Amino acid sequence: MTALPETTAKKLGLVIDLDTCVGCQACATSCKEWNTGGYSAPLTDQDPYGADPHGAWLNRVHSYEVGDGTSSRTVHFPRSCLHCETPACVTVCPTGASYKRAEDGIVLVNPDTCIGCKLCSWACPYGAREYDYADGVMKKCTLCVDRIYNETLSPEDRIPACVRACPTGARHFGDLGDPTSAVSRLVAERGGFDLLPETGFKPVNKYLPPRPRSTGAEASAQMSGAKADAGDNGSLASRFFAWADKVLSR
Amino acid sequence: MHPAYSVIIFTTASGAGYGLLIWLGLLGPLGWVPQTSAFGFVGLGLALLLITVGLLSSTAHLGHPERAWRALTQWRTSWLSREGVAAIATYVPAGLFGIGWVFLERTDGLFALMGVLAAALAIVTLICTGMIYASLPTIRAWHQPFVVPVYIALALATGALLLTFLLLLFGVVTTWAPCLSIITVATAWGLKTASWAHVDTAERTYTIEKATGLGRFGKVRPLEPPHTQPNYVMREMGYQIGRKHAQKLRRIALLCAFLVPGLLSLLMLLAGQIFGLLLAILAVISAAIGVLVERWLFFAEAEHVSMLYYGREAA
Repeated sequence: MTALPETTAKKLGLVIDLDTCVGCQACATSCKEWNTGGYSAPLTDQDPYGADPHGAWLNRVHSYEVGDGTSSRTVHFPRSCLHCETPACVTVCPTGASYKRAEDGIVLVNPDTCIGCKLCSWACPYGAREYDYADGVMKKCTLCVDRIYNETLSPEDRIPACVRACPTGARHFGDLGDPTSAVSRLVAERGGFDLLPETGFKPVNKYLPPRPRSTGAEASAQMSGAKADAGDNGSLASRFFAWADKVLSR
Repeated sequence: MHPAYSVIIFTTASGAGYGLLIWLGLLGPLGWVPQTSAFGFVGLGLALLLITVGLLSSTAHLGHPERAWRALTQWRTSWLSREGVAAIATYVPAGLFGIGWVFLERTDGLFALMGVLAAALAIVTLICTGMIYASLPTIRAWHQPFVVPVYIALALATGALLLTFLLLLFGVVTTWAPCLSIITVATAWGLKTASWAHVDTAERTYTIEKATGLGRFGKVRPLEPPHTQPNYVMREMGYQIGRKHAQKLRRIALLCAFLVPGLLSLLMLLAGQIFGLLLAILAVISAAIGVLVERWLFFAEAEHVSMLYYGREAA
């Protein structure tokens, strides 16, 4: 049914830390690996060894350059379904294949009833849905619905594959509807934000902004301070302590 | 947006079919067109044939056409579903209207009501078609007030051209039919021109900075793409047409869909049956080409917000 639930008991989603993401693509490849055998299996590729290889992936990692000159920075930007509270991709679906679960807010596509009209992908401003050209149905992030409740997995694996794979801890999973949850506290603490809030779809997933960057002058001041504190003698150990001081004093 | 040929053929053919059905449904009961069984058969037959060919064509772009019936279930929320329901519902009064006209040569009483009902449902179907596009805030060129009126106006104009052709085919030379064509073609021209002007001047409110939420740190530029070859999102939503071609194609659409059929209809006012019929055939062919180009541009020129993530600066 494409009518949206009025409220959902939970708002399960991801919190993505743009400060610590290093753009390694581990989340994207881990997602593809799990999901090509999971709920939305198969995730097919077209022309995989030819001149124009492409296929359905549920998570994409962009890299952007932001700002100019000394204040410029590289920001790695993972992009996947945001499991919106009022998603247009669900309401435009003519068949009811696209739906939002009342119990946890996960947005799913039923691959057995999807007719592959692609209208949901037109309705999504985030480009989160990818059509599977071989399977003839729409594919999207399932928030690893087949992992998070899966009692045959060990407890530490009952999180989305992308979160499990992230080597820098840049991805967090939890209930964003519960203000006391770890993810909600993280969002409050770090000023987490919505992507394109003006579209009104109320994304559940949040992004944490890159931390303020210290300028060259500040960094050298910190370094000289650290040198004085650590009684710098240029050794590896003193340089390590200077670095540790800088990181810990953030 | 990627122009899906099946959808372009669907909206062009079914649009003309619904337009013809609307005119027959309204003018049949009024007695403005021949009440003979033959005219009813050819007229309603052509309208329903165009509608049916269009609807069948529209299923060709589906990944699973065999599941198309499922699209009739979600009319509470989905304009696409509403379009399907309205399209099928239109067959019922249109069929009954046809039975009266073709087998009983009657378009009065209950059959007149069926004609009006068929015309009303045809309008509803056209509104639903337009709303599928107009309801998407992700596509600026579609999310605007002219989209639905343009769909209706073009259906009425192409329907009027077909009706004029049919009347001449049956040897009925009238003044009102070419005049109806001229009025509806001029209206459609006005709305389409206004629609293009609206799209060209409307503010591009979404930027790459807004899409990424990184504007507070300065200008955002793509550094490394997430994949080496275009993915589905880029193939479907990132279809781009050169500005130069777009302007040229817009002129072709204006010429073929509006100017030529309008002028030919003017000439029909002066011509007899045989010459008029020739002009009417040319007007229908020209309008068909013009509307196909207009529909192709409707997709090809439309920009999608998601392309901001791939480096498009504004949408």
